[in-house]
Amino acid sequence: MWSPRQGRLRPTVCGVEELRRRRREQEAALRKARREQQLVSKRLLREDAPEEAGEGCVAAILGEAEVRGQGKVQQFLRQAQRGTEEKEREGALVSLRRGLQHPETQQTFIQSVLEGSMRTLVGLLTSNQALLQLEAARCLHELSHSEQSTIAEACLPATSYLLTYLSGHSSDFIELCLYTLGNLIVESEAVRRQLLPQGIVPALAACIQSPHVAVLEALGYALSQLLQAKEAPEKIIPPASASSSILASTLPQHMLQMLQPGPKLNPGVAVEFAWCLHYIICSQVSNPLLIGHGALSTLGLLLLDLAGAVQRTEDAGLELLACPVLRCLSNLLTEAAVETVGGQLQLRDERVVAALFILLQFFFQKQPSLLPEGLWLLNNLTANSPSFCTSLLSLDLIKPLLQLLPVSNVVSVMVLTVLCNVAEKGPAYCQRLWPGPLLPALLHTLAFSDTEVVGQSLELLHLLFLYQPEAVQVFLQQSGLQALERHQEEAQLQDRVYALQQTALQG
Amino acid sequence: MQLPPALCARLAAGPGAAEPLPVERDPAAGAAPFRFVARPVRFPREHEFFEDGDVQRHLYLQEVLMQVADAPEKPRVPAFACQVAGCCQVFDALDDYEHHYHTLHRNVCSFCKRAFPSGHLLDAHILEWHDSLFQILSERQDMYQCLVEGCTEKFKTSRDRKDHMVRMHLYPVDFRFDKPKKSRSPASVEVPGDSGEQSEGEAMEICSEPVAASPAPAGERRTYSHRIPSTICFGQGAARGFKSNKKKTKQC
Repeated sequence: MWSPRQGRLRPTVCGVEELRRRRREQEAALRKARREQQLVSKRLLREDAPEEAGEGCVAAILGEAEVRGQGKVQQFLRQAQRGTEEKEREGALVSLRRGLQHPETQQTFIQSVLEGSMRTLVGLLTSNQALLQLEAARCLHELSHSEQSTIAEACLPATSYLLTYLSGHSSDFIELCLYTLGNLIVESEAVRRQLLPQGIVPALAACIQSPHVAVLEALGYALSQLLQAKEAPEKIIPPASASSSILASTLPQHMLQMLQPGPKLNPGVAVEFAWCLHYIICSQVSNPLLIGHGALSTLGLLLLDLAGAVQRTEDAGLELLACPVLRCLSNLLTEAAVETVGGQLQLRDERVVAALFILLQFFFQKQPSLLPEGLWLLNNLTANSPSFCTSLLSLDLIKPLLQLLPVSNVVSVMVLTVLCNVAEKGPAYCQRLWPGPLLPALLHTLAFSDTEVVGQSLELLHLLFLYQPEAVQVFLQQSGLQALERHQEEAQLQDRVYALQQTALQG
Repeated sequence: MQLPPALCARLAAGPGAAEPLPVERDPAAGAAPFRFVARPVRFPREHEFFEDGDVQRHLYLQEVLMQVADAPEKPRVPAFACQVAGCCQVFDALDDYEHHYHTLHRNVCSFCKRAFPSGHLLDAHILEWHDSLFQILSERQDMYQCLVEGCTEKFKTSRDRKDHMVRMHLYPVDFRFDKPKKSRSPASVEVPGDSGEQSEGEAMEICSEPVAASPAPAGERRTYSHRIPSTICFGQGAARGFKSNKKKTKQC
């Protein structure tokens, strides 16, 4: 159910080890790219296997001609344009497309732009032969996937037509145009600078009303690439940028509709739009507007739905949707607007806490790297909410929370922070924290070497001693002082260690 | 990590908020050297906190690449012909037929049989080419609507509109779906080069001189090259197919 492209894609026949190695390499490359803020990924819609038949074809293209197959590229184009038999023309474009799956041929094509190769292709894209049009669009799609950024700019003459076709009716064709646009968008700022005045935002807003799931997923992809652009927070998202603005269009409402749980929720579509929403929200441009559209309640309900899906063990790819949903909720909760409706938090349903813990358990088992994101939401839910803090206690969630402590230092700090959120609300809360597993857990974290973990433990101890003085005795009996002594020399911890030692000795 | 058994039941039950325990803070709680303050945290776009989730997102996007797209062959059916009167195109796959139909028969002008990619463009065409009231009104007010989705500007002549689309919307000067109407009047202000219908075979003639790929900067160009034959309203349509003597589709 959660596999977005069932029936179109099947796993490769490579061995499992090979797959794992490739994936590790990919992951390393992506991390590096992200740190350099150059994360660019494209989707490729490919409909036939580029194996033996394709290889032979490429060899033909690359083989004999002096100028790296330039002659062949031109030949196929001429044949497509002027051939007498329709099948022959289509065949020429298919051959060209297969060749364009390879970087050398893409390069050749671009080098022949001055001789009119792109012009010819655009002519075929707008021809009166439907199938030629389709093949030309596929050639363009292959080009859009290239890793050479000059190619994106060479495709500029085609963009107005790609946009025009978005208001057509042939869903496969529209899907192809959308993925092509998405790939071009992510590659080049020059392309985005042209697409915005060409009306891409209104075109997408019209296209989002399509009933076809594949079209919607493609649209979500293209939109997510547009929103991920580094100039998006200033030039693309804000309502003030007039006709090219996302927030001024009907797109946000439609996006939220795609995220509403129910029988019509399509996972592949929802993933794309959840990421779109994340890019908008974390740009912090106009989040109260989104809250006004009901973003908090929609996302809250979606979270509940996700937790339900986890329990039904429909877990293939759930984290792909859970991650952006958690991020959106967490960031939205920091907006002041969240509290304006009658002075209460808009999001008050304690089922959200239950759902979050079910997801945390899922992450713990399947994807521990997402635990910090889940805990981030838990922090934002509990920080200013006595009600949610009470829920943590009444639903018996302190113990499971403590079980996350050993995962990593980052996770430990966040768990301790959430516990501080609860403890700082006063004696009524601390009474429910002790006796119990909390004190032993704290004695354990005091043995960590990470300064931040220890620091947060000290804060929690302080609150516990203040609001629940009986805990002090037990602390002393369990060698608490020795645990504190270890950190006496640490600059960032000294003052707090000393203060706690004093409290313990006087208590 | 073990969750209490009652949790699932809570999720399944109705909405509700816990009645909060009384909050009672002691000022000593925040006193130095302790510094904890409960507060919601926000992370901006590029924060490294998002690294892991972002990497996973991109692995997912790239997964489509990694898998050999071994799509099954298009299901073939016994050959059938397009049912639209006068169209002789034959197909052996339903997807091909769907695209053909939407491209050539869906938004067709009932007056001149030209096909358009969208209802929006068809409507504009009918108004501007076949509506005599439009011609009358356009003498007195701006009637030529910008063809770009979402733009509400209107213009006195189709030439002004094209000007606008090129300058403001960065559309190509030879945009295929904005051909000015042929005028019979010799004193017409229409752009030269609209030499009447040509057969399909020449519909894709390219300019013999190389043309730069990017559109001209705003305001520079007033004359447009129209070497491309004006026939590129695509889908000259089934009816016209019979008139051309260079027909390539299968004979009926």
